Amino acid sequence: MTLPTATESKDVILEVCNLSKYYPVNQSFFSGKKALLHAVDNVSFQVNRGEVLGLVGESGCGKTTTGRLIVRLATPTSGRILIENTDVADIKGQGMMEFRQKVQMIFQDPYESLDPRMTIFDIVAEPLNVNGIGTFEEREAQVEEMLNLVGLAPPSAFLFRFPHELSGGQRQRVAIARALVVRPSFVVADEPTSMLDVSIRTGIMKLMAQLREDLGISYLYITHDLAVARYLCDRIAVMYLGQIVELGDSEDIVKKPVHPYTKALISAVPVPDPAIERPIPNIKGGVSKPIDPKPRCRFYDRCPESESSCAEAKNPELRDIGGGHLVACHLL
Amino acid sequence: MNELVPTHETGSASLAEPLWKIRWKLIRRGIAQNWEIFKESRIGMLGIILIIAFGIFGAMWPIMINTVWDPMVYDPVVGFDPMTMHPSPPSATHLFGTDPIGRDILAQLMYSTGREFLLGVLSAVITVVIGTAVGTAAAYYGGFIDTFFMRIADIILLFPFIPLLVVIGSMVRLSFLPFAVIMGVLGGFGGITIILKAQALSVSVRPYIDAARIAGGSDFHIIVSHIIPNVLPLSFLYMMFSVTSAILSEATLSFFGVLNIDMSWGMMIHTADVAGYLFDFAKYWWLWAPAGLAITLFCAAFYMVGRGLDEVVNPRLRKR
Ligand SMILES: Nc1ncnc2c1ncn2[C@@H]1O[C@H](COP(=O)(O)OP(=O)(O)OP(=O)(O)O)[C@@H](O)[C@H]1O
Ligand SMILES: [Mg+2]
Repeated sequence: MTLPTATESKDVILEVCNLSKYYPVNQSFFSGKKALLHAVDNVSFQVNRGEVLGLVGESGCGKTTTGRLIVRLATPTSGRILIENTDVADIKGQGMMEFRQKVQMIFQDPYESLDPRMTIFDIVAEPLNVNGIGTFEEREAQVEEMLNLVGLAPPSAFLFRFPHELSGGQRQRVAIARALVVRPSFVVADEPTSMLDVSIRTGIMKLMAQLREDLGISYLYITHDLAVARYLCDRIAVMYLGQIVELGDSEDIVKKPVHPYTKALISAVPVPDPAIERPIPNIKGGVSKPIDPKPRCRFYDRCPESESSCAEAKNPELRDIGGGHLVACHLL
Repeated sequence: MNELVPTHETGSASLAEPLWKIRWKLIRRGIAQNWEIFKESRIGMLGIILIIAFGIFGAMWPIMINTVWDPMVYDPVVGFDPMTMHPSPPSATHLFGTDPIGRDILAQLMYSTGREFLLGVLSAVITVVIGTAVGTAAAYYGGFIDTFFMRIADIILLFPFIPLLVVIGSMVRLSFLPFAVIMGVLGGFGGITIILKAQALSVSVRPYIDAARIAGGSDFHIIVSHIIPNVLPLSFLYMMFSVTSAILSEATLSFFGVLNIDMSWGMMIHTADVAGYLFDFAKYWWLWAPAGLAITLFCAAFYMVGRGLDEVVNPRLRKR
């Protein structure tokens, strides 16, 4: 499948082509039958320089797996990932060091992603230390500058404290400072606000938005919250059971959803905008796991609009319905 | 640098104190905080008090032999008191009595204490260093390395090493230091590896390990800077239990007389045994009771400190 590149003139920083990741699972404890869980299944998208792409979907749809594949914490079963036109799979040696500075990740859980035995200074300085960037004084200055930037001021009040002495929001700011201290050009942000108290979320979201303005970073912003995605992202990709079912400009996705799953998602999320017409959620059943899925549309069993033809048809591919709005559905 | 970065007031960019001083303060504060938790544990404090008491007792040996005691009489190995019949029961000159060949029991006890400390701590340190390194490597690399070291641990755990050492010892009599090293190595590749590997495994799947990899850390960096520091508290805890097992093994083997050690608590009981006095153990109680009590209390002390440390290392066990 070749993705219709709507904006070929733009500078593409990340290109994901037909990316798949299958995990072997044991169907049941007694039968030794091996099955494959299609965590990410034939996913393609691109992120332009300076852009924020939101990856939205319910729990278990493969958002984190996609992110981990991009930053090379996991190796794909098939497919290609190009960062600034270099294939991530080919990177080794010195190139790996450059890659680790260019691409960073912010993790979901700030209570778990900071080493409890390290001080804030050591945590934020670690990427500089392991890559041998700068003298000690320069690192120290950079760490302080970064802490200021993420709103942990004055830095001296935080430098030599341990993660457990900080609040959840402060910890996530530390995690952000650490990811950005090497001045990456691309950041995978895996639900950086989902483990935080609602009252702190907006602060972190505003920070992410502001850092993007200031530092010109491109994000892949993973979230299950459409409202968050709409606030932060230029474009949104909606994922369902390992596949992208709809991709387009944020406003298009939120105001004019086309795919039945996106419609259902939007009707389930409170979007604070009375102009948006909200259809009644009429989705059937619950989310399953994509273990050895049938070759038809993944959403068929739960789709409120499904027709008998959908049962026989192959899995729909993403099609451009105009203006770079891509949808994978037979009913268009 | 990125020119898009707004130059916020970046602070003076110089720390108030040199970094090593700050780190030293942090370490001291960490120890103080852990001490506060440890203090809550009565059993742990009792262990500490016992260890200090043994420490003082052992430290008195060089003082006594150089000032009060006549080395001709009170030397633990070659001393002899010509003034009485042996073994003599406790008296004013020999507070704990003398052994069958006329040596002072108290002097033997004191002299042995320092050496028990050396044996216990040396072999425990060897055990923990090996156990931590092997356990961490097995957890991190898995595969062949893991299988190999786990099979060795199984063998050491299942194999009856004490009887084997008794047999070997009757041919090659191990002296003090080689014995400490052998005990340390056997311990290090044995059960402790399995425990520390389990801990290292649980550490190595934590998100901060992924975060370190994203930061660009090599395998070596991740093991040394993240996994080992997070396994170390448990290693330290098991060091206490290792002291206990090293001392007990030494006492057992000394009792069988298969170690080439001039004097130890186990040797004291061995001496009484080969001279036939243990058949009337109630009458000649001073020949075995002080040494037996010392072994028991010494091992118990380290065990109790371990129990106290357990509450520091495993917060779930805390009362509060
Ligand atoms: N290492 C693994 N081994 C086996 N299965 C895995 C593994 N990692 C993820 N999965 C499975 O892959 C699927 C996608 O997981 P993933 O973590 O990417 O979901 P997610 O969209 O990030 O969900 P959430 O919103 O809950 O974080 C899930 O069904 C999960 O059980
Ligand atoms: Mg996730």
